[in-house]
Amino acid sequence: MAELLRFRDDEPVDHPAVTVDAFLDQSNAAAVRIEPGDDARALIPHLDHVRLVEVNFPAFTDGRGYSAARVLREAGYAGELRAVGDVLVDQLSAMRRCGFDSFAPDRPFDPADADAAFRHWPHVYQPAADGRVPIWNLRHGTDNG
Amino acid sequence: MKIVTGNDLKTGAVVWWTGVDWSIHVEDAVDAGEQAEDIATREEAARRVNAPYVIEGEKTAEGVRPAHIKDRIRALGPTVRPDLTLKPADPTAGNWVI
Amino acid sequence: MYKYDQYDQAMVDARVAEFRDQVRRRLEGKLSEDQFKPLRLMNGLYLQLHAYMLRVAVPYGTLNSRQMRALADIAEKYDRGYGHFTTRQNIQYNWIKLEDAGDILADLAAVEMHAIQTSGNCIRNISSDHFAGATADELVDPRPYAELLRQWSSFHPEFLALPRKFKIAVIASEADRAAMKLHDIGIRIVKNDAGELGAAFYVGGGMGRTPMIAPCIREFVPLDQLVTYAEACLRVYNRHGRRDNKFKARIKILVHELGADEYTRQVEEEFAHLLDQGIEPPRAELERIKTFFADPAFETDLPEDIDRSDPEFALWVDRNCVAHKAPGYVSAVISLKPVGGIPGDASAEQMRLIADLAKRYSFDELRVMHTQNIVLPHVRKADLHALWSALDEAGLAAPNLDQVDDIIACPGLDYCSLANARSIPVAQQISERFAANGKGKILGELKLKISGCINACGHHHAGHIGILGVDRKGVENYQLLLGGSEADDTSLGKITGPGFDEAGIVDAVEKATDVYLARRQDGERFLDTYRRIGMEPFKEALYG
Ligand code: HEM
Ligand code: SF4
Repeated sequence: MAELLRFRDDEPVDHPAVTVDAFLDQSNAAAVRIEPGDDARALIPHLDHVRLVEVNFPAFTDGRGYSAARVLREAGYAGELRAVGDVLVDQLSAMRRCGFDSFAPDRPFDPADADAAFRHWPHVYQPAADGRVPIWNLRHGTDNG
Repeated sequence: MKIVTGNDLKTGAVVWWTGVDWSIHVEDAVDAGEQAEDIATREEAARRVNAPYVIEGEKTAEGVRPAHIKDRIRALGPTVRPDLTLKPADPTAGNWVI
Repeated sequence: MYKYDQYDQAMVDARVAEFRDQVRRRLEGKLSEDQFKPLRLMNGLYLQLHAYMLRVAVPYGTLNSRQMRALADIAEKYDRGYGHFTTRQNIQYNWIKLEDAGDILADLAAVEMHAIQTSGNCIRNISSDHFAGATADELVDPRPYAELLRQWSSFHPEFLALPRKFKIAVIASEADRAAMKLHDIGIRIVKNDAGELGAAFYVGGGMGRTPMIAPCIREFVPLDQLVTYAEACLRVYNRHGRRDNKFKARIKILVHELGADEYTRQVEEEFAHLLDQGIEPPRAELERIKTFFADPAFETDLPEDIDRSDPEFALWVDRNCVAHKAPGYVSAVISLKPVGGIPGDASAEQMRLIADLAKRYSFDELRVMHTQNIVLPHVRKADLHALWSALDEAGLAAPNLDQVDDIIACPGLDYCSLANARSIPVAQQISERFAANGKGKILGELKLKISGCINACGHHHAGHIGILGVDRKGVENYQLLLGGSEADDTSLGKITGPGFDEAGIVDAVEKATDVYLARRQDGERFLDTYRRIGMEPFKEALYG
């Protein structure tokens, strides 16, 4: 069982996530799992009762999950967004920026390496889903946008 | 013959399996026979080589000759810079490649 | 020239530290080669035929002398005394050790350079017009827009695992000197009827095995929506680009399969959504960047006359100097294509000399051209003879800009592990042949481009004459293409017929040029004659 790295204080959902198809059929599930080919936008009408979205990365080289995460955060989703599967230490900081706030990797990380990955970037160039103020706003003392 | 070749992990240098170790000289390459793939897998896992692969070759009077021109260029160096090959003093070394 | 502030420097420094750590974890075995490969590629590090290869970014092709000197130092300290300038305005080193990579990146960072995103499935270094800021035909200098996009695309968290590589070029003139329509996104800065500046977006061009010319998907994106529009283009690609087949993963295939209209519709929908997300930089940022690209202090009342009494010098002026927007100045092209030389290679000494000359004669500025030459963008006409003399002494004064011997050649099988055939020896033999038979002098503009395999790094599809290396049962073989162009009149070359061996391809190129010489009409370039008379007469001469 993979270790879970979580940046939230609320109680984790304790039942397994259902597929997007199953979710759309009987949309009372609180946990749903997105595969790379799924359209994250299909969930948007139902987000108010979702507490956990898992985004699966079958291969770390498939970056569709990054867009899925941002799409959900842009739609106002505030529940848990978990990256699962082939999630590697060197992807953590980008994933966090795209709105993931928990990680369930197939192979556990070295905690020191994970910690370093999150603290690595002193600044960011562009806005994403994490609310960090981009360099171009810092330069001009303006808020995001 | 079956030759195992790859690059040194740290330096990237082209290397050839000698039966016990890795050499930058293709003349040192041995016929790894049936074991070739296993050697490649084992040595890569031990990080003694990077991106190893198995090629065909033959022993000729001049030494070991990889079957494909790509591996002969790897063995010698760029044909357009004889000074940077393993045989900089031999102006005709490039003929071996082609 | 753009200068880093504390933020840019901190980001590049952080990247160096990150990569050192990744190399350490690779050497310790915490990262497998499969896991490490995308990480090293995003720092420009390939595993090539003889060693690791490092590709260093030269954003929009612009360098100062200090940076060029640093490139020379790296060539000597960590490589074998030379580097190779590429068609995307970058430089590559061929003999790099993995254990040195961190130190090299640190040396680069010390002169505001890096190798970030010069390879891998991410947004690559952004290229631009090599005459930007010097040519009279530009609307504005395109480089500030390229710099803004550089910042936006650097470490963009959503686009670090795209289906495939992603190349952007930005220009701001009608003349296209950057092969803009052969990029994943080509941007042309334009003016609308109201006189406002904006960006025309061309999406889905590329070379490789399925060359395509990008269609224009939006004729005018207001400048304060530029980044948002680019983000929309990328998001649609990241979500829907094909990932089942590496050879169909470029955006050109997505645009082609969906159709430009449907792709555009999806982009516009995403764009409308993203406009509400507030991702656009403050307008003041573009203004800040622009100040770095203000004109240098051009002198006025300079003489226009050039003493042409030395015929060799006069030829070089005619061939290699290009009109400048400021009176009394030209842009001077330093050819890296001496007869029999390796196209695009420069030794450390040559790089240092070029750096010195840029400092002395060109306001400390240099450009890398996509034709693998170097430009001194702002040279006083009065200094040209001194400049030429210094270049001539160093073997850098080949008078051959856009001539048959100004050949673009990829590294090919001498260096590249993907190659089918060698490119460089073919280029060498062609330039020697045309020097020996004297025909090189009378052919006029003729763009010859050679790739060692279908990946088309040497732009063979876009050559007036293109050569493609193929593998015929383990033997090098070369196909000939005619009729390509990467300029404003972009077109893709067509294969003449069966391929040739190494000696045969050199003969074939000569035969094709003989057809042109026999059939050309007044003022026609090779390409014009080909377009007028078609393939048949060439086939006849080659195979008849
Ligand atoms: C030696 C190492 C190199 C390797 C392994 C390499 C690999 C590749 C590959 C695989 C492609 C095809 C991409 C695709 O169609 O999806 C490609 C395209 C390209 N490469 Fe390289 N390349 C190398 C060197 C260079 C050099 C030296 C240049 C410049 C002279 C260059 C410039 C380009 C360009 C302009 C394209 C066409 C891009 C396009 O299709 O839009 N590459 N390269
Ligand atoms: S065209 Fe082919 S041979 Fe040439 S550099 Fe690109 S990948 Fe290598």
